[in-house]
Amino acid sequence: MKKNLRVLSYPYTVWMAIFIVVPLFLILFYSLTKGDIHNISSLEFSLESYKKVLEPLYLKVIRDSFLLALVSTMICLVLGYPVALIIANTDHKYRNLLLMLFLVPMWMNFLLRTYAWMSLLSPNGLINRFLTMIGLPRLEIMPGKVAVLLGMVYNFLPFMVLPIYTVLSKIDKHVLEASSDLGGNRLVTFMKIILPLSIPGVVSGITMVFLPAVSTFVISGLLGGGKTPLIGDLIEQQFLFSRNWHFGSSLSIILMVMILISMAVMSRIDKNNQDEGGKAK
Amino acid sequence: MGKNLIELKNLTKRYGDMTAVDSINLTIKENEFVTLLGPSGCGKTTTLRMIGGFEDPDEGQILFEGKLLNPIPAYKRNINTVFQRYALFTHMNVFENIAFGLRIKKIPKNEIERRVKRMLKLVDLEGFEKRNVDSLSGGQQQRVAIARALVNEPKVLLLDEPLGALDLKLRKEMQIELLDMQRSVGITFIYVTHDQEEALTMSDTVVVMNKGLIQQVGTPQDIYNEPLNRFVADFIGESNIIEAIMPEDYKVAFDDVVLDCVDKGFAKNEPVDIVIRPEDIRIVTNPDDGMIKGTVKSVIFKGVHYEMIIESDIREYMVHRTMMFPVGSYVGMNIQPCDIQVMKRGEPL
Repeated sequence: MKKNLRVLSYPYTVWMAIFIVVPLFLILFYSLTKGDIHNISSLEFSLESYKKVLEPLYLKVIRDSFLLALVSTMICLVLGYPVALIIANTDHKYRNLLLMLFLVPMWMNFLLRTYAWMSLLSPNGLINRFLTMIGLPRLEIMPGKVAVLLGMVYNFLPFMVLPIYTVLSKIDKHVLEASSDLGGNRLVTFMKIILPLSIPGVVSGITMVFLPAVSTFVISGLLGGGKTPLIGDLIEQQFLFSRNWHFGSSLSIILMVMILISMAVMSRIDKNNQDEGGKAK
Repeated sequence: MGKNLIELKNLTKRYGDMTAVDSINLTIKENEFVTLLGPSGCGKTTTLRMIGGFEDPDEGQILFEGKLLNPIPAYKRNINTVFQRYALFTHMNVFENIAFGLRIKKIPKNEIERRVKRMLKLVDLEGFEKRNVDSLSGGQQQRVAIARALVNEPKVLLLDEPLGALDLKLRKEMQIELLDMQRSVGITFIYVTHDQEEALTMSDTVVVMNKGLIQQVGTPQDIYNEPLNRFVADFIGESNIIEAIMPEDYKVAFDDVVLDCVDKGFAKNEPVDIVIRPEDIRIVTNPDDGMIKGTVKSVIFKGVHYEMIIESDIREYMVHRTMMFPVGSYVGMNIQPCDIQVMKRGEPL
């Protein structure tokens, strides 16, 4: 029985090997070499492209990417947690409706949604035309970091709300009643019971927003107008326009390592939280 | 038992068209062990939740020491609850679970330490302070839940089927322990269960409920020996319930027999229900010595006694005796007048 089931995983294993493991090694290979990528015999081992990453210009790009991703993740958390809380506390009858209303924008193509933001925020966009009409100063945020941030928060917010909502909706109602039974008002119940119990959802929400945010390139390209290139834009540029695959690969590897580190940190936080029950304060 | 502690007056709770609790009145005294007993959906848990503050009554009043309790939210009531599935805080250890209420009340640290330790001793969980609640067995989790509630020294402890999830042997042990605790801490317990044996074992007062109405309030002995209606007689213990009439005071008549009883005050030939407990029917080997004659139809060994079904010409009787009469034997049955409980005729079951 067990063996038969294992057979079912073979197609995916093959898929993974061809389209994930092999490309990963190719990226690693390119990042550690220099020379003409079309002529394999001309390739030789080199750390040149990693050195290039350390140039101030590129370090700034990496820093900007992380900062923007961090800020947009925080905004998503601050906006998303209350939303998740509200949905989880809604009567069963309306809960799914509310959840669906929230998710409907996700059914639309990601690019389309970002274009929509463009037409809203652009110097001659809807918002500015409205502001001029009522005689208010124009909003000059696009192209720029603020517009990129708005786009990121808009696109990634559902990834924050969903995991938190899932965890919140699984909290036993009787546990909350127990808290109020023992003298906890709503604030105490939230701080001492709901919040700690929802940490796993917060952690996975942060992970699910931070990862795409740190590597995004479409949003910054469209809404940032190239003024603040992010690490994702840089990688895209190296592969498609500059044709420096070695540099693009080393940037990708660096990004991957950084993501791995942040994931390790997050899972550490999650684990600490879960162990807390075993520790005396 | 002292003065009145809790009074329910015309308490009513509806869910849509369904009336879960239908205008009940009940008085609970200080230090009393009161059990709300009834089948599922009878309104017992809803009543408990209204006292705890988790449901708002649609009508009626809850008085606590003479003061209206309705507008006071759960977290301000001097009442604590042991929930059906314990509802422990899984992200805290045993100590923190029990200390939760005390920490909210901002009680000094050493005082908390002392009171939690005393509770752990009371529920026999010394040394478990730092254990994760998930790592405890059902019985241990139950004790933590009880300690968590009792440490706040409430005037009333509400218990919502607290032993329902435990196996039979553990349940019996916990029944005795709970009773000991109630005696030693001297507070009022309001206990909800559907297990009639549990109710009879533990309570000072049993409140039998059905369909949102209180059927009978009394001591376990009253409830068992003098059920007020068919429902109570049928729900509590085994019983033979027979439709009869009272031709005159101290007599009941059914089928082809007229028996002496100890009840009076019914109208002449008033239809009544009578209850005869299976253990109150004596069997004599000579059928002619019995008030009712019958043939043993089946015998089941129940441990302490045999359960026999004895069939007369007209009906079947359930009889519990420690002596076995083989299937097919023709015997006589005798019933003492005081063992016949006469009730007003109710709806047929």
